[in-house]
Amino acid sequence: MNWTWFHKLASPPHAYRIAARLIPWFACPAGILIAAGLYGGLVLAPADYQQGDGFRIVYVHAPSAWLSMQVYATMAAAAAVGLIWRIKLAHAVAAASAPIGASFTFLALVTGAVWGKPMWGTWWVWDARLTSELILLFLYAGVMALRASIEDRDRADRAAAVLAIVGVVNLPIIHYSVYWWNTLHQPATLTKLGKPSMAGDMLWPLLAMLLGFTLYYAAVLLVRLRGEILRRERDAAWLGTEVAR
Amino acid sequence: MAATSAFQAACHAYRRDLVLAFRHWGQVAQPLVFFVIVATLFPLALGPQLGELREIAGGALWVAALLASLLGVELLFRADHADGTLEQMLLCGQPLAVLVLAKGLAHWTVCGLPLVLLSPLVAAGLGAPTAANGTLVASLALGTGILSALGAIGSALTLGLRRGSLLLGLLVLPLAMPALIFGARAVDLAVHGDSARGPLLLLSAMLVLAMTLAPPAVAAALRISAE
Amino acid sequence: MLAGVSLTLAAAQCLHVLGANGSGKTTLLRVITGLVTPEQGRVEWNGQPTAANRDAWHASFSYLAHSDGLKPELTARENLAFEVGLRRPLVEGETEEALREVGLAAERDQPAGFLSAGQRRRLAVARVLLAAVPLWILDEPFTNLDAAGTTLVAALIGRHLDAGGAAIIAAHQPPAIPGHAPWRLELA
Repeated sequence: MNWTWFHKLASPPHAYRIAARLIPWFACPAGILIAAGLYGGLVLAPADYQQGDGFRIVYVHAPSAWLSMQVYATMAAAAAVGLIWRIKLAHAVAAASAPIGASFTFLALVTGAVWGKPMWGTWWVWDARLTSELILLFLYAGVMALRASIEDRDRADRAAAVLAIVGVVNLPIIHYSVYWWNTLHQPATLTKLGKPSMAGDMLWPLLAMLLGFTLYYAAVLLVRLRGEILRRERDAAWLGTEVAR
Repeated sequence: MAATSAFQAACHAYRRDLVLAFRHWGQVAQPLVFFVIVATLFPLALGPQLGELREIAGGALWVAALLASLLGVELLFRADHADGTLEQMLLCGQPLAVLVLAKGLAHWTVCGLPLVLLSPLVAAGLGAPTAANGTLVASLALGTGILSALGAIGSALTLGLRRGSLLLGLLVLPLAMPALIFGARAVDLAVHGDSARGPLLLLSAMLVLAMTLAPPAVAAALRISAE
Repeated sequence: MLAGVSLTLAAAQCLHVLGANGSGKTTLLRVITGLVTPEQGRVEWNGQPTAANRDAWHASFSYLAHSDGLKPELTARENLAFEVGLRRPLVEGETEEALREVGLAAERDQPAGFLSAGQRRRLAVARVLLAAVPLWILDEPFTNLDAAGTTLVAALIGRHLDAGGAAIIAAHQPPAIPGHAPWRLELA
């Protein structure tokens, strides 16, 4: 199999140019889908009979939570590729993804709190999913802090990669433990930020938001990736001709 | 010329670390004292009623053990890194993961085991009945092992960094949360007279996982930090 | 940092790496040992790339770094026994022999932390000697050594080369090794 296309992709100048061309292809559909999803969820969908209009926050909360985990998995996968095959671009992808994932996690936490307030009167509950998201935020913070604390870029990339992989292995364990801990200490009826069972009209905006968020992540990743490449290749020769274009 | 087998090298490394620890009594005792101090914070913060303290004894003991282990894990690689012996260990031709496991075991023998043995005393101070001691010791024995393994990963990643200790906490504590959940639960069950078999088995599983996966991760992290 | 460096070393040969401070002597040695992985290029031992079997490569050389690699709390003898014992089982009396060779027989049971800088350097050289490996990679071995110590270490290197070993030495001054003229590699 001819791997030259892969090696081409992994070279920073090519990645830089290809990323620039791909961004609109992700950003536009993302914008459309998110707009459609928001309209569908906030305006069109009928109010839930149990939770009233308060449940609508799920259209932002659920996709954020889903993305927060997807991005972590992607970051860990990119880190593993960078570590095993020593491809610098993979490390750049991991570095670019971390703050995006952390933002999604933070958004999930905030929307979770906003959801909780009208439901149970408090801004925070130690619900299984929210607690999981909080721990995930700590894991993101750890990876970003480790990368920032090491001056040598190569060492920083590889140390953060090891940490990301250790984190991704731990993630299922943390999830299960927190879920078990939550069911143990609280009666089942009380706090569950469960999605109300969804009929068709309520479901499609959710899927639209999910897909929209994913494409949004891809678009923002490409933008940040270009920034990462610029930062890492600061002294490279190809950059001079590129910028002159 | 015959070479030392990996197992013999591991025994060697284990013995060396024990000898070094015994010549440094003061350093080794610090995490232990820290454990007692943190445990003492709870009665001071929450009130002296043993009845009330009993309710939080499991959690308090485990949090204290967690923080003390975090402090103790510094001893694992820091000194070796500073005087250059860690580098020599990377170059001695023996599988690094095996040596790391040996060092980890030595560290646990010196830091974890005393903590485990001291815990019934501290637990009594928090109102736990003596009947709970068996489960307490078992859970902490497993738990300090898990914490040593996770701490080793964090320590290897933050080797030589300024304010590495603070970063170490940030990295290791989230990973240790599952162990905390089950360990504290086990002690809690025992304090109330119930069987803690479930959580203890889960802790054992986590320990096995940690002992299998941590040494290669630590070895990789050490090689990265040595560059 | 380093670019376009290429070298080959055979048995009984000695290579002297020299260059100004910061020219990359230590980095080159660390790349050879495998502590640092080069972005391009590779290291080969007996025709095989060292990256393929790292442990076997590590067993073939002994590295003397800038730092002595000694535990200050352990005695001179214990330091040797523990460090070399990781590589190969030591026979009774070998550590004493090695200490005698570097002139530290009297300091056998002194903790390494109480030795002078020159004595610690000689102890580190004793560790290299005791490892009994074909290749010695020495980074500034003559640091902190007085004239007698320098002659001693140079003589030991000479003996190692006579026995068919090889050595790579990074040093500011050309090492005066009896009976051998080292190849020179100058880093810009």
